[in-house]
Amino acid sequence: MTDPTAAASGAAVAESAADFVTAAEQVETKPGKPRSLASDAWHDLRRRPLFLISSALILLILVMAAFPGLFTSVDPTHAELSRSREGPSSQAWFGYDNQGADIYARVIYGARASVVVGVLATLLTVLLGGTLGIVAGYAGGWVDGLLSRIADIFFGLPFVLGAIVILTTFRASGSTNVVKIVALVVLSMSVLSWPVAMRIMRSAAISAKQQDYVRAARALGASARRVIVRHLLPNTLAPVLVYATIALGAFIGVEATLSFLGIGLRPPVVSWGVMIADSRDYIRIAPHLLLFPAGFLTATVLAFVMLGDAVREALDPKLR
Amino acid sequence: MGRYVLRRLLQLVPVFIGTTFLMYWLVWSLPGDPFAGKCGERPCPDSYITAMRDKFNLDDPLLVQYGKYMVGLLQGDFGVNYKDQSVGTLIGNAYPNTIKLALMALAIEAVIGLVAGVLTGLRGRSYLDNLVLVSTLFLISIPVFVTGFVLQIALGFQLGWIKPVVSSGAPWEQLIVPGFVLGSLSMAYVTRLTRTSIAENKRADYVRTAVAKGQPQRRVVAVHMLRNSAIPVITFLGTDVGALMGGAIVTEGIFDIKGIGNLVYRAIGAQEAVTVTGIVTLLVLVYLLANLIVDLLYAVLDPRIRYD
Amino acid sequence: MPAFNQRSMIGGAEPGAMPTAPLLEVENLHVEFHTRDGVAKVLNGVSYHVEAGETLAVLGESGSGKSVTAQTIMGILDMPPAVITGGSIRYHGEDLLTATEERRREVRAEGIAMIFQDALSALNPVFTVGFQIEEQLRIRLGLSRAEARRRAVELLDLVRIPNARRRVRQYPHEFSGGMRQRAMIAMSLALDPEMLIADEPTTALDVTVQAQIMDLLAEIQADRKMGLILITHDLGVVAEVADRIAVMYAGRIVEQADAASLYHSPGHPYTAALLESLPRLDLRGQTLNTIKGLPPSLLNIPSGCPFHPRCRRAEDVCRSEVPRQVRLGLGRTSACHFAEEVVAGG
Repeated sequence: MTDPTAAASGAAVAESAADFVTAAEQVETKPGKPRSLASDAWHDLRRRPLFLISSALILLILVMAAFPGLFTSVDPTHAELSRSREGPSSQAWFGYDNQGADIYARVIYGARASVVVGVLATLLTVLLGGTLGIVAGYAGGWVDGLLSRIADIFFGLPFVLGAIVILTTFRASGSTNVVKIVALVVLSMSVLSWPVAMRIMRSAAISAKQQDYVRAARALGASARRVIVRHLLPNTLAPVLVYATIALGAFIGVEATLSFLGIGLRPPVVSWGVMIADSRDYIRIAPHLLLFPAGFLTATVLAFVMLGDAVREALDPKLR
Repeated sequence: MGRYVLRRLLQLVPVFIGTTFLMYWLVWSLPGDPFAGKCGERPCPDSYITAMRDKFNLDDPLLVQYGKYMVGLLQGDFGVNYKDQSVGTLIGNAYPNTIKLALMALAIEAVIGLVAGVLTGLRGRSYLDNLVLVSTLFLISIPVFVTGFVLQIALGFQLGWIKPVVSSGAPWEQLIVPGFVLGSLSMAYVTRLTRTSIAENKRADYVRTAVAKGQPQRRVVAVHMLRNSAIPVITFLGTDVGALMGGAIVTEGIFDIKGIGNLVYRAIGAQEAVTVTGIVTLLVLVYLLANLIVDLLYAVLDPRIRYD
Repeated sequence: MPAFNQRSMIGGAEPGAMPTAPLLEVENLHVEFHTRDGVAKVLNGVSYHVEAGETLAVLGESGSGKSVTAQTIMGILDMPPAVITGGSIRYHGEDLLTATEERRREVRAEGIAMIFQDALSALNPVFTVGFQIEEQLRIRLGLSRAEARRRAVELLDLVRIPNARRRVRQYPHEFSGGMRQRAMIAMSLALDPEMLIADEPTTALDVTVQAQIMDLLAEIQADRKMGLILITHDLGVVAEVADRIAVMYAGRIVEQADAASLYHSPGHPYTAALLESLPRLDLRGQTLNTIKGLPPSLLNIPSGCPFHPRCRRAEDVCRSEVPRQVRLGLGRTSACHFAEEVVAGG
């Protein structure tokens, strides 16, 4: 399986990271420079149907994750074996799973775990990769060399393979603590993906460093920290933002894949991936076990990818 | 150019060592009994443990252990698993199936992706364009295993057009649908990348110059534009090869293809550390080499980056 | 003198010689761009002509329409947003706008060739300079590979690129700015065109290199008796090289004259203001003159004379009536209601 996050970012975004930076400079220079680019983008985004549809969908899913009670009053863990694998009906819109639990309720409650894993993994990846990237880009020299080599080492681990090894190894100390399970999955995803975020940030930082306004700041004696935070950071956010949006969707999909392989989340955690994993053996006879969680999963990932696309088009200097 | 190649090769070595060492450490050196679970459910026989400790130098410090392992590996010795099967043989039997699957996926994603990308890139905003954009979005969003299952159920079990499970030996024609599934994500990216690349180059100054020189439109597109547009696409396909060779664990699982992904997955499940280490090391090497070749290819295609 | 021959008496033709049709004649060209924000009237009745062996400089600020005119002549405008709404472009008397695409392609590079401002982006980065010169020779003239290579080296020698034999196998990014421009000139001469359009050929170059390139162009033109349209915004460049000058503003020609007369006594307030804004050593210590305001948006061209918002001597009639071309003398026109006064120095 090709690595989703690397493909999502590398091919399309990294090359143009530099463009985002230089174009940002050409926007009207006022004291609130980052804001004028953002408000530009906001105005553009508001008009795009792609953005509106995807945001609406994402909002819906976030509400679902935060307040599942709003969508269903059924207990997702309540299972009656007598109902095992019954198809959709008026009492249970999505039918019952192998244990006899209501699939609709599980799908709704499953949103939380899927979304949380996705969000946390994205945050961690961006924070880790972004920080290292901006430091490497700004410092250059041996610091850059060292950090890039380290990134290369992690980059050399094929994603799925690395995930399998890490998760299997640490899983041997089996536990059913929900926090531990989620944390482990989130950590392994971030550990394997941060090099991508780092490369994007580094490329943007290198571009930004060469801009005249940065040179001017340094000539005026600004400290490294100030230059990085006040000057580099606002102008390197755009490509990382696009990456983060698409990566969020990708991570949600990855969690499902890992759960499908049996090494991701597992009961008592309910997630779409877990539901799909549970449905493996019964696909031929009860496809609804697979299709509903898979449908929600696809729709969510689709929403994030669409959002990422819309954001990128809004920020794209070439379409200005 | 030669210096560029040399430099990249030299950069490869520390990365390879770093990655494989990381893997080795993960698999072999965690606190606790290294043979816990290495022989399946039962505890390992003493004779095996002594032999293994000796063979893998487990009483040596970690770095030495690793070093000796790597030396053995470079001589082609992948060791034996707990069933006393040569890991090298296992790999040798499984890898060709993976390679066939990878090639099929590559062919499908390249052909469909390029054609769709070129058509929509040249034509611009149109019905076809919107259709392609929407379908690529879908392909990007659907996880591979969902595509795999859906196609297996629909085409295999329900319609009977394909064998739902690939027979051993993996004949080419049975690999078409699995290849499609494996390549579906990348196909979407190839399409989009080609489309963007062509759309950008269409408006480039050098295209205007070629037209002003009185070159026929066909030549302007096929020679001038294509050559420039191909660069990002071909490099992407190159990186994909590396990823594909890494074993399509999910796809092989669904269609029961006896490839390297399947092998490593089962080895992990059965906790056969030896097999896992051997395969992972090999795959890392393949991945790194593929990346290197892509970099070189990029330099060949784009003269601007040759004289670094 | 017979009235209809007045044009052909300028630049090149000797008095009393048989009158010939101009090499290229643009007449009353109108072009619009249909954009999302509206219709931009990019060219509003542009007319000029060029004879063999003469240099016409087309002068104007950004947005005046000078490049668009050239691209329309070459037929390389993007036709969906651009629409030609009137006029004709006659090459040796043949109207190119009504010709087939096949014919237009024939005329390109063999009849009229064009060189561009930024040689780095105008040349294809992935092919050698030799390849880009040779492909025309092989495809349009059917030369063999060896023949084409020989000819390409000759052309690079012609434009004085040292080490032509080695250079011909190099890529555009390996050349310096000035040499790239020379290479582009060599490329444009491959099919021995009768006319060359140079769109801001020296704008991106250093001053010293500028002078070299302009000298080169002048020499080549003299040797081959080519017509040359030099598009530029730089008055300094024009002074040395031009036989005649056409000044453009907001998509029209506001003044046309031979070079000497234009510099000596401009016939349009815009030309006068341009000349006044040139920094001069003998005026050291004084404030630079500028033309207040900005060129108009082509989506919304002012009524009457498009220059009136920025013109010092604008009067009521300028706001309401579009000025016609006033004949100021032999081959001299000016689109100003007060042309005669301006020429006299008022």
